[in-house]
Amino acid sequence: MADLSVTAGAMTGPRGQKPKRALSPTNIMLYGTLIVIAVYYLIPLYVMVVTSLKGMPEIRMGNIFSPPMEITFQPWVKAWSEACTGINCDGLSRGFMNSVYITVPSVIISIAIASVNGYALANWKFKGSEAFFTILILGAFIPFQVMIYPIAILLGSVGLFGSLTGLVLVHTIFGMPILTLLFRNYFSSMPEELFKAARVDGAGFWSIYFRIMLPMSMPIFVVAVILQVTGIWNDFLFGVIYSSNELYPMTVQLNNIVNSVQGVKEYNVNMAATLLTGLVPLIIYFISGKLFVRGIAAGAVKG
Amino acid sequence: MVNSIEVKDLTLTFGSVSVLKNMNLHVQEGEFIVLLGPSGCGKSTLLNCLAGLLDISDGQIFIKGKNVTWSEPSERGIGMVFQSYALYPQMTVRGNLSFGLKNAKVPQPEIDKRIARAAEILQIQPLLDRKPAALSGGQRQRVAIGRALVRDVDVFLFDEPLSNLDAKLRSELRVEIKRLHNQLGNTMVYVTHDQIEALTLADRIAVMKGGVIQQLAEPLEIYNRPSNLFVAGFIGSPSMNFLKGRTLDNGRAFQFGSTRIDLAGYEGGAVLERDDAILGVRPEHITVSTTPLAGPSLAAEVEIDENLGADSLLWLKAEGTTMSVRVPVEGRLPPGTKVHLGLDIPKASIFDAKSEQRI
Repeated sequence: MADLSVTAGAMTGPRGQKPKRALSPTNIMLYGTLIVIAVYYLIPLYVMVVTSLKGMPEIRMGNIFSPPMEITFQPWVKAWSEACTGINCDGLSRGFMNSVYITVPSVIISIAIASVNGYALANWKFKGSEAFFTILILGAFIPFQVMIYPIAILLGSVGLFGSLTGLVLVHTIFGMPILTLLFRNYFSSMPEELFKAARVDGAGFWSIYFRIMLPMSMPIFVVAVILQVTGIWNDFLFGVIYSSNELYPMTVQLNNIVNSVQGVKEYNVNMAATLLTGLVPLIIYFISGKLFVRGIAAGAVKG
Repeated sequence: MVNSIEVKDLTLTFGSVSVLKNMNLHVQEGEFIVLLGPSGCGKSTLLNCLAGLLDISDGQIFIKGKNVTWSEPSERGIGMVFQSYALYPQMTVRGNLSFGLKNAKVPQPEIDKRIARAAEILQIQPLLDRKPAALSGGQRQRVAIGRALVRDVDVFLFDEPLSNLDAKLRSELRVEIKRLHNQLGNTMVYVTHDQIEALTLADRIAVMKGGVIQQLAEPLEIYNRPSNLFVAGFIGSPSMNFLKGRTLDNGRAFQFGSTRIDLAGYEGGAVLERDDAILGVRPEHITVSTTPLAGPSLAAEVEIDENLGADSLLWLKAEGTTMSVRVPVEGRLPPGTKVHLGLDIPKASIFDAKSEQRI
């Protein structure tokens, strides 16, 4: 009897892959929320792009959402090479180069030092290394504002105040806690036996770092680069305090263009200048984001 | 014979925890020693100390008569094979094998010669230009063994090398390691928690617990004459049957519940009369009969019958104690059957319940 009913159920009941409904309540909720959030984030960007492509007469008509009737790239040209800050009228281009001179060495030096720090703290534990690490991490939680004045005095006393070198030094030091934490945790998660095997094979501190650890840690280096490039490129506070008029980074110059009080407010130029300033971190993110995913995938197959 | 490895009064403490306690160990040249024990017994720690990967707190370590207590791992004349293979993922097999030799500044022709020899012995010639990611688990472990092999050292250290492999590969590589040992004649120290590996590979087994070597002896000695209750219970699957009781008649008999077991033929020390004693009999040293037996025996009732394929395990209850007996497949009995168990006293062990030592 029982056997029969089971057989009957098996003949008529569900069979094979369970059907999936595209418009299930879960999907509607999920995609609905995602779309709302995406729109919320994209509208300001849309307004900026559209406004930067309009002429001033069109902007004065007041409809910020309407697409440009006549596309003009003049505001972009002006923002890059003609906009005035104080007496200089060469636009953002000067600030762009300053930002490059600040960001490139800061990123390279801070990552180079922090990765060795992290490697040493993860694999070559010494007496007091944990205490040292704790103190370093504490640094990540101290508000920058507290340290601004002491650093200004320090830089002044070694003659680096208002120079690019000084600013690079400040960025390198301030990146240290979080980057060290990042690298230490990554190196700690690598199999310890690999490190042991290398030691049995007679490799020393630097040999293990360069030959074993470095080739295996591309993903974390990419993460560090993204973190540092965005952080340092977007920095305003240190740039405005520790550099001088000629050496202002792009962000400071952007502020000066947008906030200049003389003449008419050129919204289209301001928008174009802002987009230009944000372009570098965006590009870095798109390029290295891809590398980042590839790095993770490569790690996954190693098994 | 020369001592290949000599450990003198080795102590290792982490903070207030002592992991290895005043350990002494002599390994002869060409000997295959297995360190066996449950997790946390200190067996891998001891191996890491021998390799120089852990700084010891006290004592000395000699390898080939040389005091290596303070030497770097690479200077100790050891090769090591790890559980997770620990191959360098970005290097080819050839790169993995040559890494240590290049660090030691061995000339290139010599490197090529040694790699060729190791590849031939381990049959990994076709794999030399592949990356570890393109190898199977067994191949990876072969390469890892090769990395120890090319170092041309006297002592091989194995840290649970087969634990990550599936059962079939494990038994294949086990045989291969044994063959390698016969072929090369190196001293090998092998850490495992698998007693089959220990019993099959070892010249001598060191059973460890709590940072102390409980017994160091040949496999059969450990199996037949475990020195204490822990070793007796740890070696053998299923575990030895322990019957709690007392000895009578100046050690001539054992009182287990209401049963009196004659101890004639016991191959141990003077049993004497003890109020707290344990009689240990392995499942394979018990015979089952449905009719009363002449020798030392015990009435029991079958509870469960487990079929293992090659033979069968009967779980029985005797005097309130659960016992297991290994029987041939044709000797299987249904649950509830009343039987008599014949005990092979010459192969049994008697322990003092307080000191847990074999008598």
